[in-house]
Amino acid sequence: MSQRTVELEILRYDPEQDDAPYFQTYTVPYNEDWVVLDAINYIKDELDRTLSYRWSCHMAVCGSCGMVINGEPVLSCHTFLRDYPEKIRVEPLQNFPIERDLVVVIDDFIDKLGSVKPYIVSPEEKDVGDGENLQTPAELARFKQYTACINCLLCYSACPQYAFNESFVGPAALALAHRYNLDSRDVGRAAREDVVASNPGIWECSFVGACSEVCPKSVDPAAAIQQTKIASAGDYFLKFLKPWKRK
Amino acid sequence: MSRRPYIRELSRTGWWLKSPRYIRYMLREMSAAFIGAYVLVLIVGLLRLSQGEAAYQAYLAHATQPAGLVFATFAMLFAVYHTYTWFQVTPKAMPLMFAGKKVPGVIIVAAHWLAFTAVSAVLWLVAGS
Repeated sequence: MSQRTVELEILRYDPEQDDAPYFQTYTVPYNEDWVVLDAINYIKDELDRTLSYRWSCHMAVCGSCGMVINGEPVLSCHTFLRDYPEKIRVEPLQNFPIERDLVVVIDDFIDKLGSVKPYIVSPEEKDVGDGENLQTPAELARFKQYTACINCLLCYSACPQYAFNESFVGPAALALAHRYNLDSRDVGRAAREDVVASNPGIWECSFVGACSEVCPKSVDPAAAIQQTKIASAGDYFLKFLKPWKRK
Repeated sequence: MSRRPYIRELSRTGWWLKSPRYIRYMLREMSAAFIGAYVLVLIVGLLRLSQGEAAYQAYLAHATQPAGLVFATFAMLFAVYHTYTWFQVTPKAMPLMFAGKKVPGVIIVAAHWLAFTAVSAVLWLVAGS
């Protein structure tokens, strides 16, 4: 059986040499069970060791290998070559500055993620000896889907709001804020509100819904954001009914 | 080694042509303009109605001219699309839990269509014909 080949057009950018990115084409022999990441690893090992990209687990868990493949943000370890034509265009994630080749600068996301306090804010300090914080399966079911986020940033790459509005907190960070707000063990909702319920928070979202469509873990950040909008609007009207609760 | 991150700008005018999902979004947003315009036409109709039969007949004659009918058809199509998109997203915005489990989205969407059809039927019976 003759070996099949695929042409990969990869966006290259070397900050020390190039003024702007350009596409470089590689021809790669591949097997039926290869994903795009396998082809990129082949290029790195056999054809061009200067190619830079991020990857780690090769099983859609670490969230490192997000790329734009034929215009669509995907995990390159989760995207089979056999599902594409013989020419595939590989670009770094959209809406992030390119550090080098397929590596993008994600500092902005990391800062925003931290700003929503993506951890359980406990009502009181507890010793380990005091035992677990118990939770029923029904309480877990309320937020479980949002725990599946792997911070791969495909949602930010797909979000036109984030593209044109740098201050927008964005899908993954807001989904994680919602995840902790829904957690029965957490009391941090009020502490997250300044960021989450602000204009650059949920209210900049115009519900394009692209984030949820490209999410490889079915987190559905668009749903999280709309639910937060409803809860936040409820808070706003409650303030008029309970003026003593106003900050 | 020096860092010099390169920023790729998206076209502010052409970004939505890049994917069918952005085109669908723009159509959904644009539907509001058609519905808004139709509401204005309806308000003018009410105003003319309050001015007597001759005024209302003149309004009807205008509204049923070819241009008026083309507009009404587009407004209708966009209104249906608008409704469809709204109902499609209801399970996202208003998820329901029943007996500790999530109610499937299709049931929530179907319930909205059912309620919409029932209300439309009642309105038709009361105010139609």
